[in-house]
Amino acid sequence: MGYTMDEKLEITPDETWRPERQAQEIILRGIPASAGIVMGHAHIFTKHIPRVEEKTILADDALKEVERLHHAVERSEKELSKILSYAEQKIGNNKAKIFEAQIMILNDAVLFEAIYTRITNELKNAEFVVHDEITKYQRLMLDATDEYMRERAHDVEDVKNRIIRNIQQEKLISRFAGRSIIVSQSLTPADTILFSRNEILAYVTDMGGVTSHAALLSRSLKIPAVVGLKEATKHVQEGDFMIVDGYGGTVVLNPSETTIKEYEIRNERYIEFEKRLNDLRDLPAKTLDGQRIELSCNIEFAEEIDFVNTQGSDGIGLYRAEGLLMGRDTFPTEEEQYREYSQIAEKCFPRKVVMRTFDIGGDKVVSQASEEENPFLGWRGIRIGLDRPDIFSTQIRAMLRASVKKNVWVMFPMVANVNEVRKAKALVEQAKASLRSQHIPFDEEMKIGVMIEVPSAAVMAGEIAKEVGFLSIGTNDLIQYLLAVDRGNENVSQLYQEFDPAVIRTIHHIIKEAHEHTIPVGMCGEMAGDPVATLLLLGLGMDEFSVIPTVLPEIKKIIRSVRLKEAKRIAAQALKLSTADEVKEFLRSHIKRVSPDIPLSEAE
Amino acid sequence: MIVKEIVIKNRAGLHTRPAAALVKMAAQFKSDFYILKDDFEINGKSIIGVMTLAAEQGSALKLRFDGEDEQAMADAILGLFERGFDEA
Repeated sequence: MGYTMDEKLEITPDETWRPERQAQEIILRGIPASAGIVMGHAHIFTKHIPRVEEKTILADDALKEVERLHHAVERSEKELSKILSYAEQKIGNNKAKIFEAQIMILNDAVLFEAIYTRITNELKNAEFVVHDEITKYQRLMLDATDEYMRERAHDVEDVKNRIIRNIQQEKLISRFAGRSIIVSQSLTPADTILFSRNEILAYVTDMGGVTSHAALLSRSLKIPAVVGLKEATKHVQEGDFMIVDGYGGTVVLNPSETTIKEYEIRNERYIEFEKRLNDLRDLPAKTLDGQRIELSCNIEFAEEIDFVNTQGSDGIGLYRAEGLLMGRDTFPTEEEQYREYSQIAEKCFPRKVVMRTFDIGGDKVVSQASEEENPFLGWRGIRIGLDRPDIFSTQIRAMLRASVKKNVWVMFPMVANVNEVRKAKALVEQAKASLRSQHIPFDEEMKIGVMIEVPSAAVMAGEIAKEVGFLSIGTNDLIQYLLAVDRGNENVSQLYQEFDPAVIRTIHHIIKEAHEHTIPVGMCGEMAGDPVATLLLLGLGMDEFSVIPTVLPEIKKIIRSVRLKEAKRIAAQALKLSTADEVKEFLRSHIKRVSPDIPLSEAE
Repeated sequence: MIVKEIVIKNRAGLHTRPAAALVKMAAQFKSDFYILKDDFEINGKSIIGVMTLAAEQGSALKLRFDGEDEQAMADAILGLFERGFDEA
């Protein structure tokens, strides 16, 4: 799984099958955000920009013109309130705040006073004056360099277009003929919500991750989606035929007939497979010889838990608190954090939730002015937490308070040495003492753990294990640091190999050290959700797999179809191999044998 | 007319929330209220205007109050800046 794009020249057996265009088959790889395979024609969605013409009106009509504007503003506010309340249900109050700024502008008396005055004095049409007045402010905003201002400029643009469209009384443009695949640079929650009223086959976007608003919404709407494709809008044209694979995260543009057939077969297999997976939902993740494995999910928002619960998960293996920071410029207060954390803990109860303290880069704490040359090796994660105990302690207090039902574990990201663990633990003790003195209840035994994602921490796993209650391996960063590969860099991303022998031996070492100190160890990186890796990780002794919700049933299926003893034998053999390709081939052959109906990606 | 110079104290500067608080406060008074930053002046009772300003922490602003209740308005608004917009 990479985010790179590769092109494949397919020689179709019959070159004349589509004579009008000798279109080349192109495979685009992104992030699977919502499951399902569909084929259909693309509808490119670009922001609708209304045309505004300057017109002179009759003095007698000025009042009518003002009236038109007044109604348009009213309608705009109604639209936005509707989207706001829908968004509140679907994505939660905090994230819905993105619409608030727009509603505030609609209520700006000074702005509209100026607009009304100009209409009656200059006798110009309403949409022209609205456009002219608001654009003045936008120009000043776009001149600003900071990201916050550019975002606000977008809000202003949205609200301006909304008012103008309503003056012109055009219907919302979220209706178009036929069933289509929406292809867009990005989708705002408002777009996603409006589109979902039509027959949408799938969403495909250049930007966004598994946890982007569009991804979350498409899952709750049960529409397949692939996000983070980077260049989809560059390659796709209106009406292009394409395949969207929301399981594998691929989009095939202008597929050949062979490819179409291949995906049809794959789709049937998936559908059948999903039916069988459904039967697994309430069964435990347990090997044939009775070893119970903990199988949980990674989430970023409280709203994702409902979906997680439908997948038959043992809880949350990684809650990324950074979701709380989205779209805001200050850190949330202890109360705000407490509300979010306790909601998650409650929704999950009696299953456990592993909460990770903020894993942010320095840019979140100081202004962009002090940009780091090498942020991956810079001020990140626990380093910021220890340097800014005000932020860290607030978060720890909120997590402790959410732990009253004893199902919350807390872990620290980006730990590089034992000292950091000790310092962070001391801050936890301080937070506990202050809560005690205030008679605020919390779980005295709340488990503290460490993410192992820095090579030095992996080497020192044993010493770290002495200090904490559990370890969790974050493979995405660990692999990048261990192999010195930035997987976002296309020149070297093929060197990012989760099956590199150095990686699997390191994982082996971490697990061994954790078990020697009798603490459990989990994995919450992408590797935990790769079916090719499951037998290996099981055999190495992994206690917990934390995966994205969409792949959970597959991993459970594999765990349930093997004996731990056999997995151990496979892992022992894999550890002896010397290249990534050897390891991968070896594991693929075993997974095909143990669980032949698992659909593996053929592309790699 | 009252003119005061101030420096923004709160970490986030005059972002959406502080901007909203400022406009809401200004609306409670009858006098005019203008904010001057660098070379341009905006109406302090307009949210889109204050948003455009996006004055960062440490920015110097000139505030101008003009009208029958200018003293009370100046006191209230300077207090709001002084308290860092009541943010944590």
